[in-house]
Amino acid sequence: VTYDLPLFVCTVLVAMVPLALAGLVVMNAGLGRTRSAAHSMLASMAAIAVAALAYCIVGFCWEGVSGGPVHTLTVAGRTWVWGGRAPFCLGGVWGGAPRVALQVLLQVFAVGIAALIPLSAGADRWRLSASCFSTALLAGWTYPLFAHWVWGGGWLAQLGSNYGLGRGFLDAGGASTVQVVGGLTALSIVWIIGPRRGKYAEGGIAPAIPGHNIVYVLFGAFLIVPGWIALNAAGAILFAGVAPAQTALIALNTLLCACSACLAALIITRIRFGKPDASLSANGWVSGLVASSAVCAFVSPWLAIGVGLIAGGLVTAAVELLELRLAVDDPGGAISVHAVAGIWGLLAVGFFVRGQLLAQVVGVATLLGVVLPMSYGLNWLLNRVSPQRTGREGERLGMDLHELGAGAYPEFVIHNDEFVDRY
Amino acid sequence: MKLAGMLLLLAGWGLVVSAVALFSRSGTRGWFVLAGLGVELLGLVLAFRGGANLPREAK
Repeated sequence: VTYDLPLFVCTVLVAMVPLALAGLVVMNAGLGRTRSAAHSMLASMAAIAVAALAYCIVGFCWEGVSGGPVHTLTVAGRTWVWGGRAPFCLGGVWGGAPRVALQVLLQVFAVGIAALIPLSAGADRWRLSASCFSTALLAGWTYPLFAHWVWGGGWLAQLGSNYGLGRGFLDAGGASTVQVVGGLTALSIVWIIGPRRGKYAEGGIAPAIPGHNIVYVLFGAFLIVPGWIALNAAGAILFAGVAPAQTALIALNTLLCACSACLAALIITRIRFGKPDASLSANGWVSGLVASSAVCAFVSPWLAIGVGLIAGGLVTAAVELLELRLAVDDPGGAISVHAVAGIWGLLAVGFFVRGQLLAQVVGVATLLGVVLPMSYGLNWLLNRVSPQRTGREGERLGMDLHELGAGAYPEFVIHNDEFVDRY
Repeated sequence: MKLAGMLLLLAGWGLVVSAVALFSRSGTRGWFVLAGLGVELLGLVLAFRGGANLPREAK
């Protein structure tokens, strides 16, 4: 009997990725309100389930695997690979190479993470059924298409061989394919469903609506770490061709990035508000993880600390900018944490890896110029067919009572709603 | 406003991709890519301004 050690290492790593999912789910629930906590948890479970099925039934055929059959386009004498051409319903995976099955499994977890990001932004007002339909669009089309361009040997990955742009667009752990795609989908959702009632009342003052359980938020932030390390390492080995021996360095960079980002957010909020803000610090922690997904396999630990420091600072600024200046009501800070920090991480690869900047800029331009309009357009159409936002009564009662018929904390008497007078 | 922003985002990406496909000199290509990114940022600003009207309408 012969053993494939790299494959075994990857299998162990992929099996740890659900911890990242669990951490995000708990964080999302904690950052939302008491009256929507059960809804948040159930919506997360439903989103992961829908994402897994949609990806396996439809999504994988667009993404395919590197070296597999593809859709191509010839531009100025050069071949551009724009999509995979694998059979529907995972045809070919059964009985195929174990590595392909492992890639599919990692993608299922990754698309689950991407699906959780918009849920955080749409908390307290996004209908359960609408979130499931939107997730199906994300997992069946948007995610696999972009993931093919980056991880499946598509045109972004070929920028190096076709046009001499470094090594092509680099993203080891899914900063673009998972985090920025999820973050931009979250932005689309927030634009479509609008802010929570009472958030932007008359006079233009935006009151803070704090998360209901900061212990959940911080516990979730801890729980995410091993899953994220596994996601970065498995992604780097399976999709970026990094040697399994680099796993320890990737784990170290991931952790250092998160630590420095958390401390940056903690110090900045201490200076800005007089006291450290726990929820922003937790978001800083996650923003470091997000940025690390791009850089973990390509920079030294010292540079990883620098990338994390900037990610933490960026997130605190972006949360304030979006909430107070741009009237984007994002209860969990998902857009700042996943889209902004993800874009920073991708650009950081360009700054710190020689000859890589233009390829990274093209990748970021594609995220903003293709993924955002596509995600917005798809969700806008979905909203025309079936409204995504719950009604006024749903927001007044809370999503738990309105959609599930029971609250998350039935023994608590919920009263004194701070916004009830404004209805 | 939102639609105009989305169209500008797409146009900016078109500029970036055209620069990559059509120019071989790195200097020219780089400037055109930056110009495309600038158009995208303009589109993003327009889209955010379109989104910023939402709260007042939804009040």
